[in-house]
Amino acid sequence: MKMRILAGTCALAAFALSGLSAVADPADDTLVVNGEIQMITHTDKAPDYIDGLSEQYSGWHFREADTRVMQADDFDNPGMLGVEAATEVWNAVDGSEGKACASCHEAPESMAGVRTQMPSFNEAKGEMYTMEMYINECRAERMGAEAWDWDSSDMVNMTALISSVSRGMPMNVAVDGPAQSYWEKGKEMYYTRYGQLELACSNCHEDNYGNFIRADHLSQGQINGFPVYRLKDAKLSSIHNRFKGCIRDTRGETFKPGSPELIALELYVASRGNGLSVEGPSVRN
Amino acid sequence: MKRQIVLGLALSALAAPAMGATAPSAVSFAEGAVAGSLTGTAGNPEEGMKVISDRGLGNCVACHVISAMPDVAFQGNVGPTLDGAADRWSEQQLRGIVADAKKTFDGTIMPSFYKNEGYIRPGDAFTGKAAEGELAPLLTAQQIEDVVAYLLTLKE
Repeated sequence: MKMRILAGTCALAAFALSGLSAVADPADDTLVVNGEIQMITHTDKAPDYIDGLSEQYSGWHFREADTRVMQADDFDNPGMLGVEAATEVWNAVDGSEGKACASCHEAPESMAGVRTQMPSFNEAKGEMYTMEMYINECRAERMGAEAWDWDSSDMVNMTALISSVSRGMPMNVAVDGPAQSYWEKGKEMYYTRYGQLELACSNCHEDNYGNFIRADHLSQGQINGFPVYRLKDAKLSSIHNRFKGCIRDTRGETFKPGSPELIALELYVASRGNGLSVEGPSVRN
Repeated sequence: MKRQIVLGLALSALAAPAMGATAPSAVSFAEGAVAGSLTGTAGNPEEGMKVISDRGLGNCVACHVISAMPDVAFQGNVGPTLDGAADRWSEQQLRGIVADAKKTFDGTIMPSFYKNEGYIRPGDAFTGKAAEGELAPLLTAQQIEDVVAYLLTLKE
């Protein structure tokens, strides 16, 4: 409890400092979760292969003080309820092989570091795999259990659990070797102006982060915080679900979660955040 | 200039989309500006004000500040303020910018409000589904004229 009060005080002080200048720039604040996980939410230097960014900012910096402080304590972070639910599933036997996740992987903590490399090229399958795909591969091929839908609560909760044990570790997806063609495709999409509003990801999240579209404070569109607990939806949201929503908002025809296009885009956008800490499940509005 | 007007009339007669308005594909831009009215009916600044502030219409304030509309909350700052727009731009230039700003500012983020083709994966409004059939421009020709009429009142 004492820790929580301290975190709250820091955030309030930061808010008071930013005061009137709260109109635009990312908040000058630091994130320490549970008083112990130091988060890298800002770097002075984006990776060399990201032409359009100099600094990197987690979306956390673009949210209001009360939202930011929610993420600083697992008791206040509503996304942690999904982690809790997934922990039960982790330990529960499911499918024809009589196995639980825990049968092979022991405690969820054994997954520490996995999220930092997602998505990654699956050598055995010969294609780019997101965390959702690895989870379903396990379920279908090793547990003899039914695959989960991309945006089902079971799936999003499990990605939250597996992300949570990597919190604080820097994102580090591979962009070369077999990943390179996916990365190039994702990059091309990032700069493509979709829909009747003709908006590319870059128009808002590279050229205009820090600015407002109506009440929306534009972030860099980083995905190191996914899955994200969105206060306006009151639930956890997957990366692809968010991409889909963004493209819909261009008055465009969206891509389906799990589609080759969104997998490529996920890799490219993840690489824009290489160096930022894994935050999932994070809290956003 | 005369030829442009004649051409405009001829094309609008050919395309004849909605109530005699110039069709989006028939609008003639000269260095970004559009010389004549798209409808022949004078713009109504009060209607223009609605189009500018309504989220379901132009929602210009999503990206632009207009101090003359203090009651409209959460004005954005992606684009420049529109205060004094009439001092900086002529009616013809404003019409061109509102109709298709990319003809004036190459590569601008600003959507083209009077255009209905040349899109990548256009949707059926905000449903996320593919658009079917011919698309309507984001604003009607008269709404463009109304917005221009309002912008012409913004003098400092």
